[in-house]
Amino acid sequence: MLKAFFNNQLALGCAQAAVAALLALAVMLLARQRKIHLERETIVALIRGIVQITAVGSILVLLLRGPAWTGIFLLAAMIGAAARISAGRAKGLPNSFYVSLYAIAAGAGSVIALMTWIGVIDTRITSLIPIGSMLIANAMNTNSLVLNRFRSEVESHTGLIETGLALGADAKQTVAPYVQNSVQAGLIPAIDSLRSLGIVWIPGLMAGMLLSGASPIYAAIYQFVTISMIFSSSGLTSLICSLLIRSSVFSPAEQLALRPGVTAAGIRHNS
Amino acid sequence: MTAILETDHLSREVAGVRIVDEVTVTVPTGRALVVVGPSGAGKSSFLRLLNRLDEPTSGAVRFEGHDYRQIPPRELRRRVGMVTQTAYLFPGTLADNLRFGPLQQGIELPAKTIDALLSEVGLEGRSGEDVAHLSGGEAQRVSLARALANEPAVLLLDEPTSSLDAEAKDEIEKLILTVVRRNELTCVMVSHDLSQAARIADQIMVMSKGRVTKIGAVSEVINAEGVLQ
Repeated sequence: MLKAFFNNQLALGCAQAAVAALLALAVMLLARQRKIHLERETIVALIRGIVQITAVGSILVLLLRGPAWTGIFLLAAMIGAAARISAGRAKGLPNSFYVSLYAIAAGAGSVIALMTWIGVIDTRITSLIPIGSMLIANAMNTNSLVLNRFRSEVESHTGLIETGLALGADAKQTVAPYVQNSVQAGLIPAIDSLRSLGIVWIPGLMAGMLLSGASPIYAAIYQFVTISMIFSSSGLTSLICSLLIRSSVFSPAEQLALRPGVTAAGIRHNS
Repeated sequence: MTAILETDHLSREVAGVRIVDEVTVTVPTGRALVVVGPSGAGKSSFLRLLNRLDEPTSGAVRFEGHDYRQIPPRELRRRVGMVTQTAYLFPGTLADNLRFGPLQQGIELPAKTIDALLSEVGLEGRSGEDVAHLSGGEAQRVSLARALANEPAVLLLDEPTSSLDAEAKDEIEKLILTVVRRNELTCVMVSHDLSQAARIADQIMVMSKGRVTKIGAVSEVINAEGVLQ
């Protein structure tokens, strides 16, 4: 319908973006009626999303003309931004930014580097950046889920954790079951993506390859390659994140630093 | 009589508030110190410092004459056992819970010892039972037996009867008295029940707003009517 009103591609894009944003706002209002308040977060996310993706699109136009090594800087910047966003989901967890940075850099970064070196990811910047960004974005989501789940697991099992400590247990051992639960929860989206590939979900990358004239079989196989890489980078990220975060919730004297009913500085509200 | 546990101007400050303020106390070996005071007085916070679950801001704790910061935290916590207000039991059987502490030192607790410990707390023959089926009082008995499995020199009890009904409360109190006296354990217990404190204590310490307001033998702190003097 929109195409009848817009001949210019840019104007059509703006109109499509406006309609999609309106739909998101409608969902937000629906949630508000159920007393689920997502207003601020949704509006900020929508504005951020359109500004960021447009800015990146503009930068990409320049970068695509530049040498391949410039892609490394762009990927590094993406990892930094991903760590910052992910850490924001884990308020109260000590050192969450550095944990996220190391986990995403090691998880997504190592998979990108290895796969590029082997030749699975093309070194051309037009291939490296979109695929790299997919791996980083998924690693970020996994990292956020792991941090969030770990925090809530620790907060709801404080009594058991401190009982273990009081009986002389190793601090890391007292949180081991919650680390395991967090990693499993963090990997659910990546596993579901693999399981539903081609049935529920035909990702944009495959659609793009088909539109640009690639063989449908090759496009399908490469999609599997991408989703497998996403699983690997997400898995590595969640493992590294959980290893780092389990140490950071304890002091050097093996005292639990994260307890409910305790302010950031540590006051317990009962006697 | 030698002092097994001493605190020297022990304080913990959080967000500018002293929740434990300059507490100096000596607990002789084999004696029971009961800490009483209103809610928010800093009783549980004081107990957590003794087990080093929290870090003091200033002052010192000496265990067997040594500054406890010189003792590895895991070793200290094994020697200074703790029973909390709510019995947090690990999923599994009663025996699994009793094995937990010794396993941390690489010791597999023999079945005979498990049976003896369970018998001591009145749960003989129930080692294979799942903890999910226990009542509050029974869970607290397991919690006590689990602390004893580590063979601690000092037992810290943080209001162990406060979350129980009246009947279970009496039973657990009697059990604590029996276990502490039979094993000649040094004991520091937090309670908000003065009559309970009088029954258990050799020495009573009254706390208010983090500070010690009174300390002495039961007769020096509580009068004949059971009220603080």
